[in-house]
Amino acid sequence: MLQRIFPHPLLSLTLTLVWLGLVNKVTAGNLVLGVALGIVVPVMTAPYWPNRPRIRRPLRVAEYMLVVLWDIVVANVQVAMIILFKRNSDIHSKWVAVPLELTSPEAITVLAGTITMTPGTVSAMLSADGGAILVHCLHTDDPEGVRDEIKARYERRLKEIFE
Amino acid sequence: MDFLVEFLIAFFLVVSGIFGLVGSFGMVKLRDTMQRLHAPTKATTLGVGGVLIGSMLYFIFVKGGFSFHEMLITLFLFLTAPITANFIAKTYLQAHLRNSDLPQTGRKYGWSLFDDPPSEKPDR
Repeated sequence: MLQRIFPHPLLSLTLTLVWLGLVNKVTAGNLVLGVALGIVVPVMTAPYWPNRPRIRRPLRVAEYMLVVLWDIVVANVQVAMIILFKRNSDIHSKWVAVPLELTSPEAITVLAGTITMTPGTVSAMLSADGGAILVHCLHTDDPEGVRDEIKARYERRLKEIFE
Repeated sequence: MDFLVEFLIAFFLVVSGIFGLVGSFGMVKLRDTMQRLHAPTKATTLGVGGVLIGSMLYFIFVKGGFSFHEMLITLFLFLTAPITANFIAKTYLQAHLRNSDLPQTGRKYGWSLFDDPPSEKPDR
């Protein structure tokens, strides 16, 4: 019963908080409306998201976000340097296939998003069985290094969080 | 104090402006669609991020109130930007590349655009 009303408790909580943030004023009326949205939206979307992801180590989520934010800043500067100071003929773009150990769809989604948000790499496609991800690299002379860094920096942490 | 706050806000605005400019310049300079895709992912991270940090500082120190909107903009950007980039990349792959242009998956199945998924779904 509780499962029926709250198919995704975390999503319900997030929606309520997002609503309160959107109206930017915490009043009783807004809170009621936010909670209502937090109940209705997950129930209506539950058919498209049947299984509930499990977050094993919530504290690691904060660590992961800090690591990603830092990487975004560093990689932004690197890509800006590539765009400004490298001649087009010196930019070696490569496709890199990254084999995945993650199996949970939510974890793979987060990984793909992370790869795209850190500039210099864009995730393009999964293999048909979801066991590898195709990454486009703006400039690299060392595809294996890129692959190993994605696996060591992001995938290992996501594995600890989700699995 | 006032000078320091003003300096910080201006600093973040200028940083975001520079990255926005470099991102736009990248769109002009780079050669093909996949390379150009890297430019907007940059403008949306540090380019927008700088403005958001500046705006947050402004509301906290000058207006004297905390605003959640910057957090939400960051959240929505982080949710939507990778999906748009992925759509553009997939469309480009579909239209311009063949399976032989890509590296092997290293698995039994090929890339999802060119190969069918396993018939019976593994229990996930």
